[in-house]
Amino acid sequence: MMGNGRTSPRATSLLARGEPMVWLAGFGLVTGLVMVTVLVVLVFWQGLTTFWPRPVEEITTRGGRVLMGEVTRQEDYQPEPGLAGGLEGDAARAVLDELDRQGGRLHRRLVRTGNFELTGEHFRWVADYDVAAATRPGWALVFERMAWGRFYGTPIAFVAGDSVLATAPEKVWELYRKHHHDHRVDLDGAAYAMRTLTADGGTEDIALADIVRAYPANRLSFAGKVGLYLARWGEFLTAEPREANSEGGVFPAIFGTVLMTLGMTILVVPFGVMSALYLREYAKQGWLTSAVRISINNLAGVPSIVFGVFGMGFFSYFVGGRIDALFFADRLPNPTFGTGGIMWASLTLALLTLPVVIVATEEALAAVPDSMREGSFACGATRWQTIRRVVLPRSLPGIMTGAILAMARGAGEVAPLMLVGAVKLAPDLPLDLHFPFLHPERSFMHLGFHIYDLGFQSQNSEAAKPMVFTTTLLLMGIVLFLNAAAILLRSRLARKYTGSKF
Amino acid sequence: MNAPEFQHGPRTADTAEFDRLTAIAAGKVVPTEIHDEVLAEEPLITVKDFNLSYGPKQVLFDNHLPIPRGKVTALIGPSGCGKSTLLRSVNRMNDLIDTVSVSGRITLSGDDVYGPGVDVIELRRRMGMVFQKSNPFPMSIRENVVYALRINGERNRAVLDRVCEKALRGAALWDEVKDRLDESALGMSGGQQQRLCIARAIAAEPEVLLMDEPCSALDPIATTRVEELILRLRGDYTVLIVTHNMQQASRVSDYTAFMYLGQIVEYGPTAQLFTNPHLKETEDYITGRFG
Repeated sequence: MMGNGRTSPRATSLLARGEPMVWLAGFGLVTGLVMVTVLVVLVFWQGLTTFWPRPVEEITTRGGRVLMGEVTRQEDYQPEPGLAGGLEGDAARAVLDELDRQGGRLHRRLVRTGNFELTGEHFRWVADYDVAAATRPGWALVFERMAWGRFYGTPIAFVAGDSVLATAPEKVWELYRKHHHDHRVDLDGAAYAMRTLTADGGTEDIALADIVRAYPANRLSFAGKVGLYLARWGEFLTAEPREANSEGGVFPAIFGTVLMTLGMTILVVPFGVMSALYLREYAKQGWLTSAVRISINNLAGVPSIVFGVFGMGFFSYFVGGRIDALFFADRLPNPTFGTGGIMWASLTLALLTLPVVIVATEEALAAVPDSMREGSFACGATRWQTIRRVVLPRSLPGIMTGAILAMARGAGEVAPLMLVGAVKLAPDLPLDLHFPFLHPERSFMHLGFHIYDLGFQSQNSEAAKPMVFTTTLLLMGIVLFLNAAAILLRSRLARKYTGSKF
Repeated sequence: MNAPEFQHGPRTADTAEFDRLTAIAAGKVVPTEIHDEVLAEEPLITVKDFNLSYGPKQVLFDNHLPIPRGKVTALIGPSGCGKSTLLRSVNRMNDLIDTVSVSGRITLSGDDVYGPGVDVIELRRRMGMVFQKSNPFPMSIRENVVYALRINGERNRAVLDRVCEKALRGAALWDEVKDRLDESALGMSGGQQQRLCIARAIAAEPEVLLMDEPCSALDPIATTRVEELILRLRGDYTVLIVTHNMQQASRVSDYTAFMYLGQIVEYGPTAQLFTNPHLKETEDYITGRFG
């Protein structure tokens, strides 16, 4: 009917042609995509640059104070009114100049000065007007330590106990590289240490055993930077966390996340598929099945923390408490299963993602043509034979979609996990080489919770912030990897079971 | 009472010609005109006084239909006249619909199909069925063909292979697929898929082959092949075929029943029914004067 509108261009309204709708729909898509892209780019940029080594600057302020450290970020800020009036001579003139130049704003940089045990601070803001001189000393070393955060200083000697082995920076560095990896003590058992000169003029001995990694930031070649960058990623992915999680690796969290997600998927898929099978294939369709269906859909709207509370109350305290009373009475009052653990977390998230799996499976079952079921019945198959041999294989790709959605939802969930077993630090992995190998009662680390912990619970929040992005990037990568694996499996199944060219 | 789906339009002049049809449309039950040749045959399936309703809506009225053993019997009639419903009543496929209720008898080799305590699963195994739209299962060609045996618990590979080959040869498909038996059946062409469904239906060597418009979704060449196949199956199998294509009925069937609004109007040898029907109504339908 639309095609006949030749008589007059105005005969068909704009709405009938549908073009405004095309634009509107396109606008909706573009808006969504742009927002998601911004988020992803932000996470990627921040996450990927965290481990790139920055140069070390030595800054002398107008007050004569010397700072050394990495400039982590810079910004313009609105100074308090009357700032210039409180300063003297040169500084006041510099402030007024800059205010004039930049329309009332000043520029400042955040310097990671480290040396926390000496100065009591990790970071310091330095305004441009306050900088008398800034240099990049060639032998400025960055130390990543087992404790107390980073240390910045220039090497002046390599010592073993009381004896000084070298004093020239090149020599000290050579000895450091020689001894750092294997024996960190000399033959007499005296600990090797590096004597460094800090920015404020003090000297400090740093034992090699306390050093995770040290590098002359301003002397690194590009290849050296890349090597350092990769080494830091390696540590991040494989090591355990240090310094209240703000340094070191997240391996236990990766392990916990993957294990918990897989456990959840293994638990939720059979239950979801069985529920959907009963609803779609066995139950007589009527108001009751409709009510159940609506309830399941609404279950997806229940806040996840409610599931967490339920999981804690029912799984941890009730079920876990009973298990403890029956099998682990000798350990009471210390709970074994009666507290948060990876099994309870998986079960709670399985409950949380159940609606997703049921809905997706139901849709997949509904998409199996009735003619296939009839064909099977006509061959003399029972209902279960029909389901197992015809309906399930045919709807498997759709069921996989449900599992993928559930996995993505479950892996990104944090709130309920805090109540049922995710903890800040759990060095004992839930799966290890000690009998019985799988320890479902153990609490675990989770990347999502780790992000929350870094971002909002960390004492050294400036140092933890880049790690938030890096961990987010990692979590996204893991979810993407799990999903990609599932999608690959699904497309292979789809080719096998639904490739019709009728 | 159901409203007639078929509207005559203003036909005041020749109302008399449509005696039975107007009576049926008015809700009356008319006797079936059955030729003596049919009654002389030995019936394998007997439909007697069979009524069927979907909820309050009755769709089959006092059907009477003896189906001769080893012959091809076609059911023709306008769309919605109950041909498929009658066919599906024979192997109780209508049981899958919750609201169905039936009365009367259908017997298969003397066994009451709707009798108390009948094992429907066992019953369906005695009949193969081919559907309007080909419905191969999401599995390999081989597994499709031996499906009925598989669900019956047959595991012997040699037996399965033998049955598979025999059924595929029976369905004139063996030469086309013998080299790709383990490929998915869903990759075959439409005509091949339908012949595969026929192979599947005859694999368990059923007593009856029920075909529900088996060619309506096929192109002319595929249709010809399926029709040739039906002619080959005649004798070995008792075939009951529903078709809305009268040329097809005349080409493949030995006996033809003409149905109208849930009632069987006339039933006789195909040649007679098409060339010399007893009833004027049948002649009008066959010659296309209505319907």
